[in-house]
Amino acid sequence: MRLLVPLVPDPAAPLGSVHPLAKIGAALVVMLALFLTVDLVTSSIVLAGIAAAVPLSGLDPRALGRRLVPLAVGAAGIGVFNTLFGTSPSVQNGAAIALRLVGIALSGVVMVATIDPTDLADALVQHLRAPPRFVVGALAAFRLFPLFSREWDMLGLARRARGIEADRTFVDRLAAFPGRALGLLVAAIRRATRLALAMDARGFGSRDRRTLARPRAITRADWSFLAAAILLAALATATSLALGTYRPLIAF
Amino acid sequence: MPAVEARGFGWRHAGRSAWAIRGLDLVVEQGERVLLLGPSGAGKSTLLLALAGLLDTSGGGEREGELVVRAETGIVFQDPETQLVMGRAGDDVAFGLENRCVPTAEIWPRVHAALAAVGFPYPGERRTDALSGGEKQRLAIAGVIALAPSLLLLDEPTASLDPDGAADVRALIADLAASRERTLVLVEHRLAEVLPLVDRVVVIEPGGGVVADGAPADVFAREGARLAERGVWVPGPPPAAPERGGATGRTLARAEALAFRYPGSPVWALDAVDAELREGEAVAITGANGSGKSTLALLIAGLLRPGRGKASLDGDDAWALPARRLVTRVGSVFQDPEHQFVAGRVLDELTVGPRRAGRSSGEARALAASLLERLRLAHLAEANPFTLSGGEQRRLSVATALATAPPLLVLDEPTFGQDRRTYGELLRLLAAHRDGGGAVTFATHDRDLVAGFADRTITLAGGRAA
Repeated sequence: MRLLVPLVPDPAAPLGSVHPLAKIGAALVVMLALFLTVDLVTSSIVLAGIAAAVPLSGLDPRALGRRLVPLAVGAAGIGVFNTLFGTSPSVQNGAAIALRLVGIALSGVVMVATIDPTDLADALVQHLRAPPRFVVGALAAFRLFPLFSREWDMLGLARRARGIEADRTFVDRLAAFPGRALGLLVAAIRRATRLALAMDARGFGSRDRRTLARPRAITRADWSFLAAAILLAALATATSLALGTYRPLIAF
Repeated sequence: MPAVEARGFGWRHAGRSAWAIRGLDLVVEQGERVLLLGPSGAGKSTLLLALAGLLDTSGGGEREGELVVRAETGIVFQDPETQLVMGRAGDDVAFGLENRCVPTAEIWPRVHAALAAVGFPYPGERRTDALSGGEKQRLAIAGVIALAPSLLLLDEPTASLDPDGAADVRALIADLAASRERTLVLVEHRLAEVLPLVDRVVVIEPGGGVVADGAPADVFAREGARLAERGVWVPGPPPAAPERGGATGRTLARAEALAFRYPGSPVWALDAVDAELREGEAVAITGANGSGKSTLALLIAGLLRPGRGKASLDGDDAWALPARRLVTRVGSVFQDPEHQFVAGRVLDELTVGPRRAGRSSGEARALAASLLERLRLAHLAEANPFTLSGGEQRRLSVATALATAPPLLVLDEPTFGQDRRTYGELLRLLAAHRDGGGAVTFATHDRDLVAGFADRTITLAGGRAA
């Protein structure tokens, strides 16, 4: 449940000022480059590029690292499995598969963590004409997530206080889960109802349209950021092709 | 023209047989400042929602009579957590303006004016999740007054706050009330501080309309005793506990150099705290928000694993006790009763603990029945605990703690948001437990409770004994 607590980047970091849609575009481009091939060269170059962008993201490297531990363990497991039992088992293939997974996931995590939800909601409404009622509603719900994490912990403690172990062993957790989840659901619905009322009281949803407090143009810097991502993807793919290591996932 | 005119107004919530409000006649003039009082369940919050135009018959609710509101309304609720929509303070104030289609160029001047009007101490970029409860409530008020309402409705705006936060928000309300450009309708439990801010007190009863109305001094002189009996907080001292019956006995719980750090936090929430709780005493744990009060209570109750030091119950390590044995040593009552409900019926809720502790189902049921009788919950035995009123939930949560007959009771903010009647009942229950040779300890902000009940006080500051 602690995974529900968002990573908070330093707002003054260089990546912080990039338009959210440019960040999503950039992440999609590098993900696509990794998706199309299973080879060490492409994965390594793209991963190096993403790693170089991490210090610009304003994320605490240690917090990010902790968040990536389960991912790294999973990727390593899949890598080892493919090294031993894959369709063409070799250390090289196993490592390529693992690196590719880490790269795809890391670009996703950095993208999600560095996009301010409010900025994203504004961008979706302004540039992609998303319905504000839905987008802003989702944004408000998103703010409640960290509260649910605390609530979950408290529900576990309260169960022990009632004579029901909820956190000691895996079996305890499993047995206590349905009741605890129900408690969380009740709490979530109560909070959501109160929040919806407060939003209604401030005129939310009373009109089809709403104005934007911070309309935001897509600037040259945003386009440059997207271009840099395309360049990274192209460079990695071209290098791999030139070295003859490129192994497309789908052969044409 | 009056701002509000109600004639025979009534409202029944969807799926309820009883009317929340009925036969309400009320006229509020422009610029008047009204305090709305009534016992728990009198429909105070419902009336404010009606005035704010937030009761909607499309959800199945039923309305009768007439209610005319000639004003632009704004409403502030009790819980600051569920009023803020945005991640940044300035954006949150802008939210309502965006909804009303205020042009972008006008939004920011109005945001800054509203933030200045409530004395918000940070720039608009401030993250809302980094604010204290009192600051969040200030921000919520800013978000409402940015829309320039001529009728401001406040539903227990300080009830969820610690004493400092509450004082802070009350000072703001005093400022807002001083200029008579807005009509003000306020619901508030603790009277001493808000009475100077209002010109008129209106008392309503469950389903019964207005039962008292007039200048504060007149209303309390005429109706004070009756109101207090019905559970309404009235000016004057709160109920006090009976004097302590016996002497203190052996030690039930001991904390030695206790320290705790929450996962992911660099600072110790509690550090090097020693404490001892003996039979026959009531001990308060006090301190500002974040001082470690609740943490100490949870550690003593064996619910958190100490980072350093030791918490013991009757000589045994509290954290090491399995849950089914823990409940025979200590009964815990959480601030939010809903956190500790685990059954679908009130009766089952009370048999869970005894069954876990090894009692037969017959014994458990007999025990539950006698507790329900003692805590005036017998008529609710078949009800779902989540559907009870706040006061009933509080009594039930205390009953669940008592069900396993533990010598020690540990409570977190037991009087929070309770009406006068529940407050008095709670005090009698806890005093009876103490006088029966048990110990009671409670983390609280409630100065009246400390003064009226505690034999001793453990004061914490920044996680250490002060």
